[in-house]
Amino acid sequence: MSKIVTAHENKSQPLLGNFIKANIRILQTVSILIGMIILLSILSPYFLQVRNLLNVVRQISLIAIIGMGVTMCIITTGIDLSSGSVLALAGVIAASFGQGQHPLIVAILLGLAAGAVAGFINGSISALGGIPPFIATLGMMTAARGLALIYSDGRPITGLSEAFEFIGGGYILGIPVPIYIMVLVAVISHILLKHTKFGKYVYAIGGNQQAAIVSGINVKKYLIMVYTYAGTLAALSGIILAARLSAGQPTAGVSYELDAIASAVIGGTSQAGGIGTIPGTIIGALIMGVLNNGLVLLNVSPYLQMVLKGVVIVVAVLLDKKR
Amino acid sequence: MREEYLLEMTGITKNFPGVRALNNVDMKVKPGSIHALVGENGAGKSTLMKILIGMYEADSGKIKFNGKEVNFRKVNDALNAGISMIYQELSPVPYMTVAENIFLGKELCYKNSFLVNDREMEKKTTELLEQLEINIDPKTKMRDLSTAYTQMVEIAKAISYDSKLVIMDEPTSAITEKEIEDLFKIIKWLKGKGVSIIYISHKLDEIFRIADEITVLRDGELVTTVDAKETNNEKLIEMMVGRELKQLFPKVNGKIGEVVLEIRNFCSSIFHDVNISVRKGEILGIAGLMGAGRTEVMESLYGLTPRDSGEIYINKRKVNIKSPQDAVKYKIGFLTEDRKLSGLFLPLAVDDNTVIANINSYIKAGLISHKSVEDDCNQMIELLSIKTPGLRQIVNNLSGGNQQKVLIARWLLINADILILDEPTRGIDVGAKSEIHRLMSKLANEGKAIIMISSELPEILGMSDRIVVMHEGRKTGELTREEATQEKIMKLATGMVS
Repeated sequence: MSKIVTAHENKSQPLLGNFIKANIRILQTVSILIGMIILLSILSPYFLQVRNLLNVVRQISLIAIIGMGVTMCIITTGIDLSSGSVLALAGVIAASFGQGQHPLIVAILLGLAAGAVAGFINGSISALGGIPPFIATLGMMTAARGLALIYSDGRPITGLSEAFEFIGGGYILGIPVPIYIMVLVAVISHILLKHTKFGKYVYAIGGNQQAAIVSGINVKKYLIMVYTYAGTLAALSGIILAARLSAGQPTAGVSYELDAIASAVIGGTSQAGGIGTIPGTIIGALIMGVLNNGLVLLNVSPYLQMVLKGVVIVVAVLLDKKR
Repeated sequence: MREEYLLEMTGITKNFPGVRALNNVDMKVKPGSIHALVGENGAGKSTLMKILIGMYEADSGKIKFNGKEVNFRKVNDALNAGISMIYQELSPVPYMTVAENIFLGKELCYKNSFLVNDREMEKKTTELLEQLEINIDPKTKMRDLSTAYTQMVEIAKAISYDSKLVIMDEPTSAITEKEIEDLFKIIKWLKGKGVSIIYISHKLDEIFRIADEITVLRDGELVTTVDAKETNNEKLIEMMVGRELKQLFPKVNGKIGEVVLEIRNFCSSIFHDVNISVRKGEILGIAGLMGAGRTEVMESLYGLTPRDSGEIYINKRKVNIKSPQDAVKYKIGFLTEDRKLSGLFLPLAVDDNTVIANINSYIKAGLISHKSVEDDCNQMIELLSIKTPGLRQIVNNLSGGNQQKVLIARWLLINADILILDEPTRGIDVGAKSEIHRLMSKLANEGKAIIMISSELPEILGMSDRIVVMHEGRKTGELTREEATQEKIMKLATGMVS
């Protein structure tokens, strides 16, 4: 077993081989996506149409945005089950200030703040209170939904300004605005995870929490930051959805957190901790979106769609385990 | 007709993707014999045993046990045939009791029912533990036991199968002298009953105390099998390593300076009135038995656990260390006892593991400069001779010795002046051990203060400039390098203060 080589000698190895080895997880996920795209373009003439593809990407943008926050939670061996409810809460709050009586920025900031506060509470309860994130965010899931219903009196908040509606339904250069937002969030999240101290600490906490403590990392502080970020992203999704629906719906976003978690997991995020990427989660969301879209185009029953979605999630994780 | 051999493994070959772990290895164990299996990390010892016990399947070769040819596909088959194993990696079920763990997989039930008979299991466990002179309440939850006691339970468990062959993989890695004596008593008792033991260990002095025969593996191949009486330490090391190893403890005497760290009146529920000081350029060895409280004192110093009272002075100034963050700020590094449990980020790469404590110094405008990270990592790899195929190699795949070096590199990068090393060479082969000792000497010569907790007396005697001995939470004595002997240390460690 003497394939022992120091770092210097390593530089002479082929760059492509190295690249493939280092990024094997995401390359495998991408090939699944490409495979599906090829298959569907053969099976349906509508699939590759620009309008359809843009639709798909726009549809998954909300889940992808939530998914990016959840990815960070899962990397730290936690989870966030409250995303869908926080989405609704932020949506109704933003909508109530987005009817034109205040500047749009106020509505947006208040909506985001609601998500940040919810996330902060999630993080604090689990990191400081020692309660498993599963339980803490489960509580928030129910409570936030209740708050959304209280705030909106159980009714949709309508009459949104045109500017607000543009966030969800507008186009810039022919591309829906939500896609731009998703890309921006993806770039920021990716930089956070891979190029900042925060990101390194997130991976470390997930890789081995005790070792992180011994290395001098303030684990509690960073866990709270992660959940706050996740809550903020859920809120952002809520604002975009409210804009799209032209109403703040207190019942919006039910089960979105599960789709977001599925995206992260299909994209290679591991519940064991320390493993996961933003590009992976985006691909995971795209795989689910393409699957959804393909089954609709092929006239497959929506019930069967649900079954297939479940199968894809499990198969993706099985394939991941075999690596 | 009595077979000459209890176990005959012939021509065992095993390949893993990209590497040949075992190549045509033979091993024969006589009945009622203590048979040692030695070799460097990666030599193939664990692989060979895992094939025997049914965890892996050999690509070719034959195994004959107790006169019959066997081919175990599941560990259960091996257990039923009379082979049990104590694994190197301790993996108890933490929330279950000692009794439940010992009977895991062979729970005792009430006659003709599925109901588990806890009382009977506890009774039998008590009998077993008493027989082995292990002092633990069978109702204790495994997670409440220290690493050392956990290992004793694993030993008891392997013996409870009433096997004809017990494989022990590094059975003394987490226990200290007195427990090692107890283990050797158990092994001799088993031998008297006609049971054979395959004893895998890096601790050659133990091997010479206990083994009848020794099989040496190197790079997946059989070097030789010899009678223990017909060889010695040097010859054995040469066979294991394939080259001459000059000195096991290359402690070079350097200049020792002022007191750089002092702890006074450390008190908690576990330790009492502990006063320890360490000087610049000094290696202070801390010796003691299981439960002595050495690790606990250091964990308290490092801010990991609270204490009732006690002060810390660094360079004669009193400091307040409330968390490891503070300790890192004061340039103290802590290599913990169990690197997999609290040292390494196993799913992360070598570079991430190395720079994590020093991450602030690589940040420019909020972003990490990957080039600076790479430079520092390469520097450390050179300096410590860390063997890794690359910086992005996942540390889980490195050998124990190299993993330990990565952790040492982590603390060197924060320019730690004070290094606490808790069992720095645990579970590491002879070659890597010597490298780490050489490194420790070098660091001490450069002016660093090193506190070394070790349960290996030869290591304590060979590496320390000064030795502190603890017993049941108290410091029982202090010896200089010149005056220290194995006996004196043992006396102090067992509480016999002269």
